[in-house]
Amino acid sequence: MAMLSFERKYRVRGGTLIGGDLFDFWVGPFFVGFFGITTAFFAALGTVLIVYGASLGPTWNIWLISINPPPIEYGLGLAPLEEGGLWQLITICAIGAFVSWALREVEICRKLGIGYHVPFAFGVAIFAYITLVVFRPLLLGAWGHGFPYGIMSHLQWVWDTGYQYGNFHYNPVHMIAITFFFTTTLALALHGGLVLSAVNPATHDSLAKDPATVKTPEYEDTYFRDTIGYSIGTLGIHRLGLFLALNAGFWSAVCIFISAGPIYGGSWIEWWEPLRSLSQRWAG
Amino acid sequence: MLNEYQNIFTTVQVRAAPEMGIPIEGQIDRTRSASFSYWIGKVGNAQLGPIYLGFLGVASLVTFTIGFVIIGLNYWAQVDWNPVRFVLEMPWLSLDPPPPEYGLKVMPPLNDGGWWLIAGFFITASIILWWFRMYRRAVELGMGLHVPAAFAAAIWLYLVLGFIRPIAMGSWSEAVPFGILSHLDWTNNFSLIWGGSLFWNPFHMLSIVFLYGSALLFAMHGATILATSRYGAEREIEQITDRGTAAERGALFWRWTMGFNASIESIHRWAWWFAMLCVLTGGIGILITGTVVDDWTAWGIRHGIVPEDPDWWPITPDSTRSSWGQE
Repeated sequence: MAMLSFERKYRVRGGTLIGGDLFDFWVGPFFVGFFGITTAFFAALGTVLIVYGASLGPTWNIWLISINPPPIEYGLGLAPLEEGGLWQLITICAIGAFVSWALREVEICRKLGIGYHVPFAFGVAIFAYITLVVFRPLLLGAWGHGFPYGIMSHLQWVWDTGYQYGNFHYNPVHMIAITFFFTTTLALALHGGLVLSAVNPATHDSLAKDPATVKTPEYEDTYFRDTIGYSIGTLGIHRLGLFLALNAGFWSAVCIFISAGPIYGGSWIEWWEPLRSLSQRWAG
Repeated sequence: MLNEYQNIFTTVQVRAAPEMGIPIEGQIDRTRSASFSYWIGKVGNAQLGPIYLGFLGVASLVTFTIGFVIIGLNYWAQVDWNPVRFVLEMPWLSLDPPPPEYGLKVMPPLNDGGWWLIAGFFITASIILWWFRMYRRAVELGMGLHVPAAFAAAIWLYLVLGFIRPIAMGSWSEAVPFGILSHLDWTNNFSLIWGGSLFWNPFHMLSIVFLYGSALLFAMHGATILATSRYGAEREIEQITDRGTAAERGALFWRWTMGFNASIESIHRWAWWFAMLCVLTGGIGILITGTVVDDWTAWGIRHGIVPEDPDWWPITPDSTRSSWGQE
C-alpha cells in the first residue's frame, strides 16, 4: 500500500532509538516508531485543546480565533484552563509533538543510513519556537509574555511587541536575521533556477553542439563562473543553503530574546545613539 | 551518533588544473586565469575564476559604480567631507527622493532629490544590464532561462518600489531612499501610513509565507542532500536523469516522515517557485498599497479578518520590564 516502486527494499527493520521492534512499522507511507506514537498523541491532544479553546471563545471566525497565554498576574504559575491554562497545555503539546517529530526523523535517518542534518535543522526551528514561548517568558517572569495562538492575533502580538522597543527594524540582530532570510531566498532562487536550467535546457541555442541535451554540472559551474566569477559547486551550495537557512532561524530567536526587559528594555532607535555621540565628540 | 561522517566540511581537496569553462564563441571575453583558495575549498569549490567580462558586464559595473559613487559623495557631503563622521554616521546617512511638491518632475534641483533620481537611474541601468548578462550567458550555454526569470521577479519588486508605484502615486517622494536606517524608516512608515499595520495586507502575508517557506525549503533540501551525500546525492543532475540510491533515500526520508516527497527535480521547482513568489507577491502587495487600498486595517475589518474593536485583541504585556517580583 502506498509504496513507491523502489520502496520495498528499503523497508527493513532497525534504527529505532526506543522500543526495539515494537513500534517499528509503517502506516500507509508514514513510519511510526515510538516517537510516531508520541507525535500523534501530542498533536491530537493539542488540536483538540485548540478546538476546545476556540469553542470557549467569542468567535468561530478562523482568522480571529485566538488561544491566549495567561494574564501576566499568573507569573510563572499554572493558570485556569480558560485563562491561559489551555495555552500552557497546548504549548506543552506543541513542544512534545515537535521534539517527538525530530526524534522520529532521527530514527528514519538511522533506518535509511543517512546523515542527521534534517533533524538537526528542525531542532533549530524548535529552538526558535521554544525561545518565544518558554525561554523569553522565563526570562521575563511570566508565561503571559508568550505569543497568542491565532492567525491574526500572533501578527498583532508581533506588532505590539516590536513597537514596545521603539522600532524593531533598528534591532541589529533583527537586521542580521532578515539579511539571512533574504539571502537564503536569493540563494534558493539561484540554486533552484540553475538546476532547472541545466535539466530543462533551451531547445534553440546558438552554439551548443546538441541543444536538447541535459547539461552537466560543468555547464552549471561555467554559468556562475562566467557571471560572477565563482561557482560554489553542487555540494557546497547545499552547505551554504543550510547554513543560511539555519542562521535565519537562529538569529530570529536571538533578536527577540534580547528584546526583553532584563537584557534590553529600551528603544532600539536609541541603541544606536552612542555611535552618533562618538562621531560628534570625535568630529567636535 | 555524531562520530559518523556528516559531511559538514570538505576534508580532502583535490588540486588539478583549473576548469576554464565550456568553450564559447565569446572566449575572448573570458579571463584566462583562475586561482584556488584552500579555505573556500572547505565549503565549496576552491576554484576562483575565470569570469566573463563582455560589454554587458562591464557596462553594468560602470553604471553601478557611477550610482554608488553618487550616493557615497552625497553621504560624504552630508557630513561636511569629514571622513571620521562619514564612517561613524554611515547608518544615518541617506540620499532621499525628491519631496512631494516636485511630483514626478524629471529633474528637480540636485540637492532636492535630483541626485537621488540620477543615482537611481544608474543603479537601475546597472541592474537591467546585469539581467541581460545573466540572460545572454544562459542562452550562450544553451541552458534554460530559469535564473534570469527569477532575477526578473526580483527586479519586479525593485521597480515597483522605486519606479512603478511612485509613478502610480504621481510622486517620486513615494520611493525608497538610499540609506541604511532610512530605508528601514521608509518600510516602517509605509506600514504605519497605509492603515497602521501592513500585516493585514494579504500579499504581505503571502510574501512572508514564501520568505519563511524559502528558508524552510532550503533547510530541508540542503539538509537532505548533505545527509545523503555519502551516496552521491549532490550529483543532482545525474540523480534526476538516472535515479540512484541517494535520491531514493532522500525521497523515502520525507515520505516516511510526512507522507509526501518531492523528486530531485521537483524540489528545485518548489524552490524556484517559492523564492520567485516571495518577490512577486511582495511587489503586488506594495503596488496596491496607497493606490488601490489606502487603509489595511479598514480593509481587514471590512473583510472580517481584523476585529472592529481593538480591545478584542489579546493584551500584549509590557515586556520592556521584567515581571519578576510583581504582584
